[in-house]
Amino acid sequence: MSALLEIENISKYFGNVIALKDVSAHVRAGEVTCILGDNGAGKSTLIKVLCGLHKADQGHYRFDGKLVEFESPRNALDVGIATVYQDLAMIPLMSIWRNFFMGSEITSGRWPFSRFDVARAKAIVVDELARMGIDIRDPDQPVGTLSGGERQSVAIARAIYLGARVLILDEPTAALGVKQAEVVLRYIVEAKKRGLGVIFITHSPHHAFPVGDHFVILRRGRVHGDFRKDEIEVERLVYLMAGGIDLDNLKSAIAEAEESVP
Amino acid sequence: MTTTAADQLTSDTDERIGTTALLPKLLKRPEFGSIVGAIAIFIFFSAATENFFSIQAISAYANPAATLGIMAVAVALLMIGGEFDLSAGAMIGFIGMMTALLINNGGLAVWLSMLITLALAVCIGAFNGLVVTRTRLPSFIVTLGTFFIVQGLGLGLARAVGGTTTIFLSERFEGQGFFKAIFASTQWEGVRIPVFYWIAIAVVATRLLLRTKVGNWIFSVGGDPNAANAVGVPVVRVKIALFINVSAMAWLVAMFNTFRFESAQIGTGVGSEFEFIIAAVIGGCLLTGGYGSAIGAAIGALMFEMVRQGLAFARWEADWFKLFLGILLLLAALLNQLVRSRAEKART
Repeated sequence: MSALLEIENISKYFGNVIALKDVSAHVRAGEVTCILGDNGAGKSTLIKVLCGLHKADQGHYRFDGKLVEFESPRNALDVGIATVYQDLAMIPLMSIWRNFFMGSEITSGRWPFSRFDVARAKAIVVDELARMGIDIRDPDQPVGTLSGGERQSVAIARAIYLGARVLILDEPTAALGVKQAEVVLRYIVEAKKRGLGVIFITHSPHHAFPVGDHFVILRRGRVHGDFRKDEIEVERLVYLMAGGIDLDNLKSAIAEAEESVP
Repeated sequence: MTTTAADQLTSDTDERIGTTALLPKLLKRPEFGSIVGAIAIFIFFSAATENFFSIQAISAYANPAATLGIMAVAVALLMIGGEFDLSAGAMIGFIGMMTALLINNGGLAVWLSMLITLALAVCIGAFNGLVVTRTRLPSFIVTLGTFFIVQGLGLGLARAVGGTTTIFLSERFEGQGFFKAIFASTQWEGVRIPVFYWIAIAVVATRLLLRTKVGNWIFSVGGDPNAANAVGVPVVRVKIALFINVSAMAWLVAMFNTFRFESAQIGTGVGSEFEFIIAAVIGGCLLTGGYGSAIGAAIGALMFEMVRQGLAFARWEADWFKLFLGILLLLAALLNQLVRSRAEKART
């Protein structure tokens, strides 16, 4: 099966700062690709390139085998790439149903009498969230009254409902407690089962390992390893994430230096 | 209470929301405070004065509430979209003056002058919107600049072209009857036609806000423009359109004034920009955007004028008005703050 979304040797510069250099990754339908990296590894820049907020300076971006270039997140959404952001996924003062359909409102009737089909919107929200196993009491509740995990879950359910084929998740478990993170991880598996390609960006190997099929390790704007699940263990991921390679290099450099001393 | 399809559907799947009482539901509405306040003030002045509910009295506060309310509704939409417009008041005087100058000194047809000044109003609104969205400067400061620009430009042009700050339309301008009829006629017992515009605009704006795609966009660009942009809401276009809407309404109010008094005065509307914001806040709008009500702003304007006229009916000094206004504004802002903190409180 060919990749649904594929980036090849993507580079992005901000002035003389190299944010990304020759980054390649891909995701297939029904798979979860985890992109792991510490702070400053270039995760945020990569997301912004993937979702259409930034344009890459070099490299190829393919969706469905075709080269694409996005002017805005709207373009990416239109082809089916939905991004769930860690902090700006939802607007707290707006109700769940308003948030759910934000930017993709369902309407009935013709212009100038077309209206946001509120009754249907509320029914769909309750229904879709129930299918994801999220139980809400009232779709009129402001999103601010939901917990962090529930917000992420609603955002994921929204992306799936709106026809996303690739779901990009930006640190969805970062600000969550153990229980809440577990809930979000279950939705990631749910999205995968529904045939979506999921790109799960995280700095937590322990969250990535149980759900991931592929692991791309990003360090200082470059790819420092690309593994299938059967090629790696969680301990190795932790080791690579924590800068293990640098430590090894340092050790061997010291060893070499000591050897060369007569 | 009517039951919608969604209510039925959700109560089928979830028994917990089957019996939501009416009162808690109303309490959550942003315009709730203004409705209760308006009723309370009406009862108070009806008890304290002789004939506050007579048709003469009603027209005495409904007429000024109409022009204030039309502007307040437009300003409320803009505030929900997260921006302010301090030039809205001065624009009324400016647009009125430009229309009168074009008719009287330019010798243009009335309809043509009106079209030109409508286009001018749209341009000013677009300018406000473009500068705010492109530079990301606070709209407070940008529109304060526009406020002085239109005031100064109006005054300068009025003196340079007309030689005075008050321009009277000549006795019989072309189409006088028609334009007076649609902008300045008295419909019923002293109730003038702007009252009907006010009601219609409040209804249309409320429907727009609550029941259309654009309404959802307005809430989202005020709530969090970055989040809105990330899900594909055209943030810049929505904000510019809201600014244009305010200036277009300023044009409408300018037409009411110009054809009613058959004259234009440059100072008209200056100082009322805060009254629009106050009416919008009384109507439930948050200063921080993302929350509020169009119908609430219309009712807020009514409340505002009921207090002003009520004091006159009660034969109290008009000096007390500002005291009432300040208390009203603070109470409304506190109530809004309470509603907001309840809505934003995370349940963990």
